[in-house]
Amino acid sequence: MEPAIAARRTRPQSGALVEAIAITKLFGSFKANDAIDLTIRPGEIHALLGENGAGKSTLVKILYGSLQPSAGEIRWKGQPVRIPSPSAARKLGIGMVFQHFSLFDALTVTENIALALADRNNLAALAREIEEVSREFGLPLNPASRIVDLSVGERQRVEIVRCLLQDPELLIMDEPTSVLTPQEADDLFVTLDRLTARGCAVLYISHRLEEVKQICHHATILRLGKVVAECDPQQETAAQLASLMVGADVHVLSADTPPPSTMRTRLKVQGLSMPEPHPFAVALKDISLDVRAGEIVGIAGIAGNGQGELFDALSGERLAAREDVVTIDGKPAGRLGVTRRRRMGAAFVPEERNGHGAVPRLRLSDNVLLTRHATGDQLIRIGVIDFSSMRTLAERIGRSFDVRKSAVDPEAGSLSGGNLQKFIVGREIDRQPSVLVVSQPTWGVDAGAAAVIRQSLIDLARSGSAVLVISQDLDEIFEIADRVAVISRGHLTEPVPTRSLTREEIGLMMAGLGEGKKKGRAAMGQGEAAHAHRP
Amino acid sequence: MRIVLEKRPTPSRSMQYLSPVAAILLSLLTFFVIFLLAGIDPVRALYIYFVEPLTALWSIEDLLVKAVPIILIAIGLSFCYQSAVWNIGAEGQLAAGALAGAAIPILFPTLQGPAVITAMILMGIAGGMAYAAIPAILKIRFNANETLTTLMLVYVANLFLDYMARGPWRDPAGFNFPNSRPFDEGQMLPVIAGESIRLSIVFMLVAVVVAWFMTAKTMTGFKIRVLGQSPRAGSFGGFSRNRMVMLTFLISGGLAGLAGICEVMGPIGLLRTSVSPGYGFTAIIVAFLGRLHPFGILVAGLLLALSYMGGEGAQVAIGLSDQTTQVFQGMLLFYVLACDSFIYYRLRIVRQPALDAATVR
Repeated sequence: MEPAIAARRTRPQSGALVEAIAITKLFGSFKANDAIDLTIRPGEIHALLGENGAGKSTLVKILYGSLQPSAGEIRWKGQPVRIPSPSAARKLGIGMVFQHFSLFDALTVTENIALALADRNNLAALAREIEEVSREFGLPLNPASRIVDLSVGERQRVEIVRCLLQDPELLIMDEPTSVLTPQEADDLFVTLDRLTARGCAVLYISHRLEEVKQICHHATILRLGKVVAECDPQQETAAQLASLMVGADVHVLSADTPPPSTMRTRLKVQGLSMPEPHPFAVALKDISLDVRAGEIVGIAGIAGNGQGELFDALSGERLAAREDVVTIDGKPAGRLGVTRRRRMGAAFVPEERNGHGAVPRLRLSDNVLLTRHATGDQLIRIGVIDFSSMRTLAERIGRSFDVRKSAVDPEAGSLSGGNLQKFIVGREIDRQPSVLVVSQPTWGVDAGAAAVIRQSLIDLARSGSAVLVISQDLDEIFEIADRVAVISRGHLTEPVPTRSLTREEIGLMMAGLGEGKKKGRAAMGQGEAAHAHRP
Repeated sequence: MRIVLEKRPTPSRSMQYLSPVAAILLSLLTFFVIFLLAGIDPVRALYIYFVEPLTALWSIEDLLVKAVPIILIAIGLSFCYQSAVWNIGAEGQLAAGALAGAAIPILFPTLQGPAVITAMILMGIAGGMAYAAIPAILKIRFNANETLTTLMLVYVANLFLDYMARGPWRDPAGFNFPNSRPFDEGQMLPVIAGESIRLSIVFMLVAVVVAWFMTAKTMTGFKIRVLGQSPRAGSFGGFSRNRMVMLTFLISGGLAGLAGICEVMGPIGLLRTSVSPGYGFTAIIVAFLGRLHPFGILVAGLLLALSYMGGEGAQVAIGLSDQTTQVFQGMLLFYVLACDSFIYYRLRIVRQPALDAATVR
């Protein structure tokens, strides 16, 4: 490791390069950013920390010109500026490396970069320029390689070089290490150090606390759209950072007693492994889990650690290699599709409402049909749809889950997020499924709707069903889950009773702390650390 | 000041229906200007094009005859387009159906009667289906883009038809014309009304009603809609995208094949080097103009058949090239697609000038 990285970092004492002053961004009545102040100095790596939904990406989009603030001001070197578009941001000297790359697979590195830079017409000269920059900043790259042949780390280098060729004074990096191997990440940190040594500032978005502590000079922490703290990450412990990120306010657990552990297992996952379906996805690694009748098991974790992949494997949208990997009520289901699993009594609520859980341009009654066409509701008779039963069912769901709608049977897309979510959760719970797998049950949902949904999940479990909740919202998990497991990079820890953990401990596990280190954290309970971090 | 295309919060219902009307009016207006620039009396030209064909009984009959294959094909294509399968090769599937069905009277010239007619129709449908199955399999197996494969297969089918009509299947007693033997009455669809309206019009009407029932009332129609609008939701519903690709290709190929054989055993009466003046392509316009709805397609099909009639009339009366009809049809499709973007977007005029951040620097 380069000594530069290990060295103690102090925040440069220079004037501000960019200042965000009281930035507020409203989406409807939702405050994604609430009077955020942020000051970035030249030559510093400034961490922007926060859970998903804390408002990090909104703030960054405002700085990069893709969104306009509802209120507040941005100053660039002391001057107030308006940044109407990303190209204006680039002219100003702001570059951004996105989490998902925008490169053409079939073109070479040089060609891809030429496409982004309007003023470089001579490809040979550009190739020399690329080599020069990549040497200077420690980003080994062959300008003649085709993107399709490059590793993810190399593709990221292309994006970085593309930014550097425009001589940025501020480089924004959105979770740059989420797609990198530890070795590639170390290489990236060397590059960032060289950049800052030349006075370039880096705004570094991450929720990996260890690396923030390792490389950042300063950190701003967001929670629920507000700045909750600014600190020197090296002065803080990872635990302190984690509790700032997830909020330390204590929540009272639901009063009723968890079910006895002697209840029978209704959903069992055993040694589930799946390769990643595409380069930005996560492979599932030897996941085992059981959910018993009467209980809610929560799966905590930061977005993009395999939650979506796990959901697809449980719902049957992706089939497992072996039949006995997923068992529903004692019957093997690993090779069965989603309809067959529904017939066995399972129900599913995916994370994405529009376009996955529901078809936005179809009516609510049609959306009832989407998941209940084969579950014994008599909605189909010899291939012909019974519209009146469908409408009756949609109305029943609407009534019992308090779905507020503008018409009797409106298009799903016309409902607000909370109401559509109540409808989708209601559609499944109305069936009284024996197993319910639900992902992000209250994502982007107002507090009232969230309470309705959480209560209905508890009621369902207590009536004898097994409920699995995949959630990034720790408050939610503490509120409703009897046991909790944490997913990180495709590994799942063994579930432990929620009461035995503090939120700080879960926060640390979510942040992937101790990844690659086998010290074993007390937070993970007995012997789970090794299981969770099996390579 | 600048004009921006802004996404509507919800798709506009009224534009859904206004769009085809606006497209027709814009096409007529553009035609008007083109005629004016070409020194042709635009009022007279438009009258010949769009009104005169409706003034005589024989030409109305002819209009119906032309509308039948167009509507049959467009009904099939509406299934494809609803499930977001972009089959633009109906012209080739039509030729395949014509070839398959015509094989019976050409290879067995003595066979006649209702059984033979039924067999020819079934062969025609099967031929179109088989030919449409090729791009379907390529898409399912290799993820080949069906817009390319279907279009390219049109040329393969048309050239094969050309070869068969000139070569192996040419009428030995036909003075070397590139045609097959003319079919006998017992090998053709019976005339059921007027002088030239054959049984195929019944097939067409049945197809319209059945298609309406299927899309509006059955689970199959529901699956097609869901998979077309949100493939992810479709797979969550447990519907197989691949099966739907195959099904919609078979429906559209079968109907195109039916249209092909009905042309051969109807208005044409033999196999020629070409059996369609582009009905398979015209049907694409009809499907979109008719909003992919069977009854809309019925109306749009009649309108486009009218443009064929008008084209022939204008050729005779004012010496316009027969390409004019294709210009009109192309323009119509262009305008429909352009107007359709206003279902999802609206124009907004922004008065505030875009501030250039670099100037502040």
